[in-house]
Amino acid sequence: MKNKLIIIILFVFLSFCFIIFYKGLNNSNTYTPEINDEKTIPIFKVKDFNSNLDITSDKVFEKNSYYILNIWASWCLPCRKEHPLLMQLSKNKSVKLIGLNYRDNLKNAKKFINTLGNPYSQILIDSDGTLSIEFGAYGVPETFLIDKNKKIIEKFVGPINQEILKKIETIIK
Amino acid sequence: MKILKFLLIIVLITGFSELKTDEKNINLKTKILKNIRCLICQGQSVYDSESDFASSIKFIVDKKINEGSSEGQIYEFLRKKYGDWIIYDPKLNKNTYILWLLPILLFFFGGAIIYRSLIIKKN
Repeated sequence: MKNKLIIIILFVFLSFCFIIFYKGLNNSNTYTPEINDEKTIPIFKVKDFNSNLDITSDKVFEKNSYYILNIWASWCLPCRKEHPLLMQLSKNKSVKLIGLNYRDNLKNAKKFINTLGNPYSQILIDSDGTLSIEFGAYGVPETFLIDKNKKIIEKFVGPINQEILKKIETIIK
Repeated sequence: MKILKFLLIIVLITGFSELKTDEKNINLKTKILKNIRCLICQGQSVYDSESDFASSIKFIVDKKINEGSSEGQIYEFLRKKYGDWIIYDPKLNKNTYILWLLPILLFFFGGAIIYRSLIIKKN
């Protein structure tokens, strides 16, 4: 009786361990942070890319308009890959594209824009990367879709593709 | 001369208290950074990592400490942005209760087995 009980307990324990490890095997190793609970855009003051003047979040994001915030850098290769899609998206009048230049050399960033085209209605400078952290980003490129109430409704980690572009266009329609 | 000595003492005391505050802030910053996971180079803390993400986090933690935020407030800020995963020391909630309770259960279970075997041996 005692031996049986030990075997049952051992079996239950091993089954439990097996399930935990088996479930763990199917989990992805790369962690993608979820959109923060509040989803509201942070209040900030940064330098404008073109004028080098201070600009506040209220001036950048006005109500009653959809915005796309794209975090990019000239040293980031996937940013080059997604750039033609951003150029395509910039033709859509229902959304304004805001670029956030992440930890970049200003000279290189300007060269990047001059060579590949400027899809952004405004570009902000995030020289130390702290504004990107305030948005909950963790690398470049990263794209946020912000609705008319200044809330982040979608977050795309990595370069955008045709599928994401279609998704964005469906939402902002 | 007396006034000069007095001023010198005041300057030294102020200097030392500032140094002490700086040291306190550096220690707090180190403690926090060692308890934050780098999301780019997983397996490393932000303190050990040299990635862009880690250096941005280092900047923001420094900024928050200088603004007077407490350790808890900084963790809460990061948790809101990146979830529980970013903190090495997770809070007890529905996702982590197995993590917290299983060692205690195993401890009691093992203790009970040892206790029983000792009683049997005694008898």
